[in-house]
Amino acid sequence: MIEIRWHGRGGQGAKTAALLFAESVLPTGKHVQAFPEYGPERMGAPVQSFNRISDKPITLHSAATSPTYVVILDPSLMNCVNVTAGLVKGGKIIVNSTFSPKEIAARLGINPKQVYVVDASHIALNTIKLNKPNTPMLGALIKVMDLDIKSILKDTKEKLTEKFRHKPQVIEGNMACIKRAYDEVVTHN
Amino acid sequence: MIKPIYSKGKIVAKTGNEAMAEAMRQIEPDVVAAYPITPATEIVQIFSQFVSDGIVKSEYVAVESEHSAMSAAIGASAAGARAMTGTAAQGLALMWEMLYIASGLRLPIVMAEVNRALSAPINIHGDQSDTMGARDSGWIQIYSENSQEAYDNMIQAVRIAEKCMLPAMVTTDGFIISHCMEVVETYPDKDVKKFVGQYKPQRALLNTKKPYTLGSIELQDYYFEHRWQLAEAMNKAQDVVLDVAKDFAKTFGRKYGMYEKYKMDGAEIAIVVIGSTAGTAKVVIDELRKKGIKAGMIKIRVFRPFPAAMIAKDLAKVKAVAIMDRADSCAGTFAPLYTDVAAALFAHNEGKMPKMENYVYGLGGREIAPEHITAVYDKLAKIAKGKAKPSNKVEYINLRK
Repeated sequence: MIEIRWHGRGGQGAKTAALLFAESVLPTGKHVQAFPEYGPERMGAPVQSFNRISDKPITLHSAATSPTYVVILDPSLMNCVNVTAGLVKGGKIIVNSTFSPKEIAARLGINPKQVYVVDASHIALNTIKLNKPNTPMLGALIKVMDLDIKSILKDTKEKLTEKFRHKPQVIEGNMACIKRAYDEVVTHN
Repeated sequence: MIKPIYSKGKIVAKTGNEAMAEAMRQIEPDVVAAYPITPATEIVQIFSQFVSDGIVKSEYVAVESEHSAMSAAIGASAAGARAMTGTAAQGLALMWEMLYIASGLRLPIVMAEVNRALSAPINIHGDQSDTMGARDSGWIQIYSENSQEAYDNMIQAVRIAEKCMLPAMVTTDGFIISHCMEVVETYPDKDVKKFVGQYKPQRALLNTKKPYTLGSIELQDYYFEHRWQLAEAMNKAQDVVLDVAKDFAKTFGRKYGMYEKYKMDGAEIAIVVIGSTAGTAKVVIDELRKKGIKAGMIKIRVFRPFPAAMIAKDLAKVKAVAIMDRADSCAGTFAPLYTDVAAALFAHNEGKMPKMENYVYGLGGREIAPEHITAVYDKLAKIAKGKAKPSNKVEYINLRK
C-alpha cells in the first residue's frame, strides 16, 4: 500500500485532485481511498488531502502518515508546513514551482533526485485562465508514478463529463492541464 | 480490474455521502425533506440535484430546520408516502421530539445520518454521540464501517423499516467515511428497485376509503399498551433485519448480520466496536494473529434492536473483552455500548462473564490509529493471563488529561 499527501491552500482544489486521482486509478484494478484532512476548508488556509492505493482492499480508516509521494500545490507552504513529515525513504516530492529541484531539495534538506517540479500555476493560467494548479499537479503525479497517461486521460474525461454536466466548459481546459504538466514535469539530472 | 461480487454490479469510487445519495436515487422515495448540515449536506444536496435534473420523480421539500424536516417526513409518511431525510449532529438533536413521534406513530421513515460530535464545544467531526443519544427513541439504528456498507444498509433499511413499521437510521462516521472516497460496488437501478419493492402501507391518511385516527391523545388508559407495542416491534425487528440480510445476500452476494464477527473463532481477547474504526482494527488483528495472539472483534452493525442474546453467546468463551465507545455518557457510569454488552452478558450467561473494560475514544474526530488499538489488545492480553486487572471505570484513548 502506498500513501500520497497533497498540500494546498483552501480553494486550490487539493481535495478535488485527490478524489479525481482515486477515480482515475480505480480502472487500473487498484483499490483506492481519497480523503481530505478532516476539516472545514477556508480559502487560503493550508489544507491537506490524501490517497491510499493498494492491490488489496483497504480497510484502514486512520490518518495517512507515511506518504511515498507528496504533492505541493502552493510552494509557499514549504515555509509554514512540515511537508516532508513521514515521507518514506526515497519518497518523492512534486512541487508547483519555477525553482529547480536542486534549490527545493536544499531548502527541504532532501536529495535532489527526490524532487520534481512543474510550473503548474503557469499551465493553469494558460489553459483554464485561473490559478487552480490541481489538475496540472495531477498530471505531474501521473508522470512521476509512471502511470498509463492515455487510459487515465480517457477515464478522467469520462469522469469530468459526468461530474461537470452543468459546467461542460471546464472539461477541455482541465484535460489540457493534465496533459501539459505530464509532459513538462522535470527532476534533477 | 476489481471484480464485483454481484454479476451485474459495477465497481466505482464513491464517498460515503455519494454512496448514500446513490442508494436514495435508486430507492427513489416519494418524498425527501431535509435541511443541510455538515458533514451530511452532500447527501441531500446530491439528491436535490437528481430531483432538479428530473432523474428521480421524488418530491424534495427544502425546509427551514431539521425539526421541520422530520415533521414533513412524518406528514408524508402518514399520508402513505415512502419518506426519507438526512442529517447529522445538531440537526438530529433538533429533530429530537419528532423522532419519538415518528416511531410512536409507527412510520417507517428512513434517515441517512452522518455521525458527528454534539456541541458544545462546537465541532463538526466524527463521533457517535448524536445517534447514541437517540438510542431510546424507537428508531432502528444501522451503522456502517465504510461506503459500501452505507450503500447496502440504505437499501436494506427501507425494507426493514417498512416491514417492522419502525423508522430506521443508517449512519456513517462523519468525514472519516462521509468524505472518504473508496471502492464501492453499486447494483443496477432495476435490481435495487426490485429488491426494495413498492411501498404498500397498511394504512394511509390519504386513503379516504379507510379513514383512521392518527396522533390521538392516550392517557392512563392506552398510552402504556402502545409504548409496549413499540418495544415489542423493536424486539421482533431482529428477525426482520436477518431476513432482509438473507435476501440481500441471495440477491447481491454481500452478507450482513446484526454484527460482523472478525477472527472470533478461538479468540481469547476481543474488542467490540462500531463504525469505521472496525476497519482499522482489522489491520491490527491481522498483525496480532500473525504473531499468534488470538485476537478477534465484534463489529456492531445493528445497535437498535440490540442483539443481546447473540452477543452474549459469542463473547462467552472470550477471556477478556474491551468495549470501545465513540460516545461518552457523562453519567458517572459507563458509555452506551459497554452498558448494553455488560447487561447482555449478565442476563444471558448466568453470571459467567469475560473480564471487561470500557474505552471511550475518538470524540470530536480525535485520531484513532492502529497503535491505539494495539495498546488496547496488549492490555487485554495481560488481563487474560491474569497479569493485569481490568479497569472498573471508563478509560480514555489518545486523550490529554
